Amino acid sequence: MTEWIWLVIALPALGTVFLHFFGRRIGEPYAGWIASATIGSSFVIGLIAAVPFLRGEAHAETVYLFDWIPALGAHAELLWDPLSALMVLVVSGVGTLIHVYSIGYMHGDERFGRFFTYMNLFATSMLTLVLANNFAVLFLGWELVGLCSYLLISFWFTRPAAAAAGKKAFIVNRIGDFGFMIALMLVFTTFGTLSYSQVLENPGELLGAGTATAVGLLFLVGAAGKSAQIPLYVWLPDAMEGPTPVSALIHAATMVTAGVFVVARTAPIYALSETASVAVATVGAFTALLAATIAIAQRDIKRVLAYSTISQLGYMFVGVGSAAYVAGMFHLMTHAFFKALLFLGAGSVIHAMADEQNMNKMGGLFGKMKITGWTMAIATLAIAGIPPLAGFWSKDEILGTAFEKGGFYYLLWAIGLLTALLTAFYMTRMFILTFLGKPRWAEGVHPHESPRTMTVPLMVLAALSVLGGLVNTPFRLGLEHFLEPAFEGVELAHAPEGALLWILAAVSVLAGVVGILMAAALYLGPEERRERLLGQIRRPWFAMENAYWVDQMYGRTIVIPGKKLSIWAAFTFDNGVIDGIVNGVGVLVQRLAAALRPLQTGLVRNYALVLAAGVVGLVVWFLSSGGL
Amino acid sequence: MDFPILAVLILLPATAAVIIALLPERRSEVILPVGVALSMLPVGLAGYLFFAFEKGEAGFQFVEKVAWYEPWGISWHLGVDGISLLLVVLTTILVPISLAASTAITDRLRMFVAMVLVLEAGLIGVFLSLDLFLFFVFFEVILIPMYFIIGIWGSERRIYAAVKFFIFTAFGSALMLAGIIAMALMHGDQTGQISFNYIDLLQLSMSSNTELWLFGAFALAFAIKVPLFPLHTWLPDAHVEAPTAGSVLLAGVLLKLGTYGLLRFNLPLFPEASVELVPVLAVVAVIGIIYGAIVAIVQPDLKKLVAYSSVSHLGFIVLGIFALTSQGLQGGVIQMVNHGITTGALFLLVGMIYERRHTKKIADFGGLARVMPVFAGIFLFTSFASIGLPGLNGFIGEFLVLLGSYTTLQPYAIIAAFGVVLAAVYLLWAYERVFTGPVTKPENEKLPDLGFREIAIMVPLIALMLFLGLYPKPALDRIAPSTERVLDRIEQVADFDVPEPGRLDDVFSGEAP
Repeated sequence: MTEWIWLVIALPALGTVFLHFFGRRIGEPYAGWIASATIGSSFVIGLIAAVPFLRGEAHAETVYLFDWIPALGAHAELLWDPLSALMVLVVSGVGTLIHVYSIGYMHGDERFGRFFTYMNLFATSMLTLVLANNFAVLFLGWELVGLCSYLLISFWFTRPAAAAAGKKAFIVNRIGDFGFMIALMLVFTTFGTLSYSQVLENPGELLGAGTATAVGLLFLVGAAGKSAQIPLYVWLPDAMEGPTPVSALIHAATMVTAGVFVVARTAPIYALSETASVAVATVGAFTALLAATIAIAQRDIKRVLAYSTISQLGYMFVGVGSAAYVAGMFHLMTHAFFKALLFLGAGSVIHAMADEQNMNKMGGLFGKMKITGWTMAIATLAIAGIPPLAGFWSKDEILGTAFEKGGFYYLLWAIGLLTALLTAFYMTRMFILTFLGKPRWAEGVHPHESPRTMTVPLMVLAALSVLGGLVNTPFRLGLEHFLEPAFEGVELAHAPEGALLWILAAVSVLAGVVGILMAAALYLGPEERRERLLGQIRRPWFAMENAYWVDQMYGRTIVIPGKKLSIWAAFTFDNGVIDGIVNGVGVLVQRLAAALRPLQTGLVRNYALVLAAGVVGLVVWFLSSGGL
Repeated sequence: MDFPILAVLILLPATAAVIIALLPERRSEVILPVGVALSMLPVGLAGYLFFAFEKGEAGFQFVEKVAWYEPWGISWHLGVDGISLLLVVLTTILVPISLAASTAITDRLRMFVAMVLVLEAGLIGVFLSLDLFLFFVFFEVILIPMYFIIGIWGSERRIYAAVKFFIFTAFGSALMLAGIIAMALMHGDQTGQISFNYIDLLQLSMSSNTELWLFGAFALAFAIKVPLFPLHTWLPDAHVEAPTAGSVLLAGVLLKLGTYGLLRFNLPLFPEASVELVPVLAVVAVIGIIYGAIVAIVQPDLKKLVAYSSVSHLGFIVLGIFALTSQGLQGGVIQMVNHGITTGALFLLVGMIYERRHTKKIADFGGLARVMPVFAGIFLFTSFASIGLPGLNGFIGEFLVLLGSYTTLQPYAIIAAFGVVLAAVYLLWAYERVFTGPVTKPENEKLPDLGFREIAIMVPLIALMLFLGLYPKPALDRIAPSTERVLDRIEQVADFDVPEPGRLDDVFSGEAP
């Protein structure tokens, strides 16, 4: 089956091309079903090809397709190992559910066919990224994912905010790519090839510790762009301008996981540099905390989830930055389940509320939308880290490993723990404001449960959010055994064992429970008490609500000065100075010509003569300077 | 002697120009179709050349040599190698496309078509000449049709732009002519036979001082053509004023004369000076990359924006060439072709919207994607090719240049990489203002989307962008041996070792902190 693994990419690619030309004619709902079928087939193929890994009897294989850029050692070549297998399954599995859901969600959109063209392209790109066997193909997928985010975020391009958000996503990602590209330059200069097989086999042979640190930090810059970490996370909250299934795809299955994946993929390089690894974990921890505090005060349901994604990605960075690659990938997987569920559930709510996203105008929806409500409740508990749901196992493994590493990592553990409390708080707050309490709906809104195409994916994801964590528990480390071959030669960090394990687990569960109870007390309790308590922390609350004005700060320190520089360069310097000199010389020559009027005969042949004389003079000069 | 395919390739468009000139002016409706049809013939011939070209061969192929004026050692000496092959193919492809896009021209159409065809003959001649005198003749011949194309069929400030273009380039070529003659005479002095033959002149022995001077004379002529900062200001004016076909050929092919010249003449003829002057060229190249991009961001006119983007992209080519690595040179050559395709396409698109609205000002548009979805889609596609999105053609050259130049020109390569970020800024911001949001101007409400002819013009270019992005191997296989030969020559003559990536000492020798 492995030699057919390219079909995983080719099928959605074919879907993209087909729907590009015929999507409009095919129309609703078949365009959506075709797109779902292609990505669904990718999942099935991936599953069949992964069976040998599950049995633990296969090893990594590369599949050569054709030469791409020979001078860089970059062929169109795929790598099928447990890590890419896991990513393929998550991307295509969750992706398929989101595709199916979109058939219902995008009902009635005049560019229905085009939407699925882009969705299939998104899947194609992400699958290329994870299946690459060299950094050039990785970069191909990496950039195409950026393209797709651009296309889908600005899908409703007649809305200026959507168009601007799409552009912002692409450009901020490109800033990250700047670092990524320099990392690739370093890798190529050091190894003379971009092929994983040569670079990652035994990087220490050619890569000194200093260069390894540089490469690791530069990959981190790229990863921070794609995975929305400090300081490049600002594009992700705006990305919700796209249709909600797009947010689900970006936040859960594709795109943002790319950064985490790259760190895991290049683990042999990070293994050479403690500095780079600590940097990854530190960025992750602080991003997790920062984003969680912002999520607390948001009113827009999708914004809460957006900041929650940033925060959860932070956990994954802590994981892979602590050399707990399995834990990081584990959280990537469980997060894909419950975050896809949360976004799709939010979409279901928004759908029901006639495109209302402000939670202050929701409330009391539980009775009206039972399936959405229940599944969202499950997702909330899963992300809050309540056992035995998926999020508990993966988050706890990351925190446990950080604690076990000790030293500086104690701090990261503490930050992670605090974030866990905040996470439980803001998620419970979101759930209460949306589903419980009295309805605060606008007039003319009649909430209703969503159609089957939307609720079935919700239920599947809810099941995965409950059971997904069981693949890797302290009792049975299934995922770890599965992934281990992919990290051969890399020393993996582990969670503690014995009593400490249970104490740490108890502490983090406690944090989650406290968060939930605090939110419940605040938002289910009397309104007047809430007003009073929030009034006491009005200022910090206001800052959190406005995301600490980071966007505005970037605007003032980068965008506006940049524009001013550009205006100065274009109009003052280029038009004024440089072209001024050019034209000045022209005028000078004319004046000179006027003074030498008698010589000016107006005959072209005289000018030609002068030119020829000049040339002769120059020839003589060149020859004489040559010592002839 | 075999069939003189290269001579035919030059004479075919020249003959076509004569045929067009003989058509009756009053039958104006047939002039353009006949012109397009005739200009398809060189495409077929160039296509044959591409496939008949021996892949592993580094030297010149299909060589033709007929003495022209023996006392001075001037001959009709043509040949094609991996460096010129693709540029010839590109030229032949762009001509019928730009003619087909010239339906808006009604005044003196016969002369216009003939001028474009003469220009084509000159361009192909430049790429194929192996005699420096012949090369110079073609190099100058080009100026005349281009001068008229801008000066007659341009917009309001066409005379200013045409004269500026002419004086700038003529100034550069005067220097180069002096250099060429000096070399021919030196050859006479050293061997007793004056020669303009490229192959002969490679054997010249020169003092390093002479080499520097001659390098300078050639480099200045080519730097104006590229154009390199600060000699670029003729370019935006020429582009803004030129009719669409003029802009397409100017950006698509004419600018490449500069980079082609640097690679064909400066590196092999003056290897020591080249190695010595790498820092100078690298600095101006990188300035061009960043400066061109920064200036492009705020241009209010679409054509000017694309023109400045060319300054940025051509900087990558020069950086790649003077990186003096296999990857850099390969990247430089393929980037010449890719820039021709992509920027040519962008100018065609700007021309199409100009014909509908008679304005190129970004501020006059907004929300066009709803009114003209096909146009918007093709524009976005081409923009991403220009931005260097992997999978499309622009990426291959840029990536090879960046990775190739990092080995030898580390800090420059890092700065150049930032140009890639800026490319996304200026193109996507322009796209946002022209195509997204609501339609704000009533004039734009009812614009017709692209018609069949216009789509047919774009399809070959789109196909090339995709093909060269996904499978550049046929092109790279033909380029690589010839660029490798240039490097070999530099290694032999100058005191220079082309570094092999992967065998370097650790770039950062520090210990892990």
